[in-house]
Amino acid sequence: MVIKVLGAGCARCHETERRVINTLAEMGVAADVQKVTDMKEIMSFGVLGTPAIVINDKVKCYGRIPTTDELKQWISEEK
Amino acid sequence: MLKSFADIVIYHWLKLQHGSHIADALNFYIYDIIKIFLLLTTIIFAVAIIRSFFPPERTRKYLNKKRTWIGNILAALVGIVTPFCTCSAIPLFIGFLESGVPLGVTMSFLISSPVVNEVALIMLWGLFGWQIALLYIGSGVIIAIVAGIIIGSLKLERYVEEYVYQMKLGSVELSQPTFRQRLIDAWEYTKQILKKVFPWVLAGVGIGAFIHGYVPVDLLIRIAGRNNPFAVPIAVLIGVPLYSNAAGTIPIVQALTAKGVPIGTALALMMAVTGLSLPEAIILRKVMKPKLLAIFFGIVALAIILVGYLFNAVI
Repeated sequence: MVIKVLGAGCARCHETERRVINTLAEMGVAADVQKVTDMKEIMSFGVLGTPAIVINDKVKCYGRIPTTDELKQWISEEK
Repeated sequence: MLKSFADIVIYHWLKLQHGSHIADALNFYIYDIIKIFLLLTTIIFAVAIIRSFFPPERTRKYLNKKRTWIGNILAALVGIVTPFCTCSAIPLFIGFLESGVPLGVTMSFLISSPVVNEVALIMLWGLFGWQIALLYIGSGVIIAIVAGIIIGSLKLERYVEEYVYQMKLGSVELSQPTFRQRLIDAWEYTKQILKKVFPWVLAGVGIGAFIHGYVPVDLLIRIAGRNNPFAVPIAVLIGVPLYSNAAGTIPIVQALTAKGVPIGTALALMMAVTGLSLPEAIILRKVMKPKLLAIFFGIVALAIILVGYLFNAVI
């Protein structure tokens, strides 16, 4: 599973990345977490706001920080 | 009820003397903070729910066929309920232009979104009353519309970085949230904003209380009073490098006006802080060439100064 955290590097993006890593640890799931800061790559997903979460090339949310519960649900869906 | 709570804290729990300086100041401080906190929670929550019906991709769809005027007006209005995080400015900017929203209309949105927001509205309402809050929103929207129309008519598209128009955008389909989901999201958002904004409110009200008690009136009036014709542009210049948000600035603005600084000058300072921030300029530089960026900031600064003078003259 590849989880991409899209964001140019603001506080909200860091918080999102932190939540993803903590959630994975809590669930005991291994995943490749990538931080995408390149604007061209971010835009190629069609999102209009950051932070955004992309799991296995599917956009899960953008423009807000996801909750831990949402992350858990998406991770188990894509596992 | 709020007032009596503040009274209980000050006179019973802390056992401070009625009418003493420190008791009055603290009483005022606690009352203000509780009032702002309640207002913030309710209104941010309500706006977050309204906003969930206006996601940016829908806004973009509304705006892309619209011409000058109607497009600018719509963009400025949608900007009121759209939150604006400086780091989202670029994806929004590129996304709008890519899908055919005119540059001038995009600019109206880009101006209205940070300047006019629910936190500013609540704080002004709580500390100054609804008239000033409406005045602020009205002038912010008008600045966004007019500045967007001017930028649109100047045909500045060539000063947008080339890669913006060459970008290939993916499209994204997110499922429609249920109402329950909207409520949960709105509550999450409210908590996030409160956590972020509250230290600023505490600091702002604190600085405001300090100005209230300790900064001599004649000094302020000489610098920023009615008799200094340059007070408004100076306030705008001071506002640009200040990185704060509406929540932190408004209590300071309130203390300044209480000391006799005219309301136009004070509101100009606030608009400059939220609308013309240096970090935003640095981020926008990635998509705008320096000339466009300078024109954008120049027009908005000019508009804020005009509004400042206008309010000083009228009120």
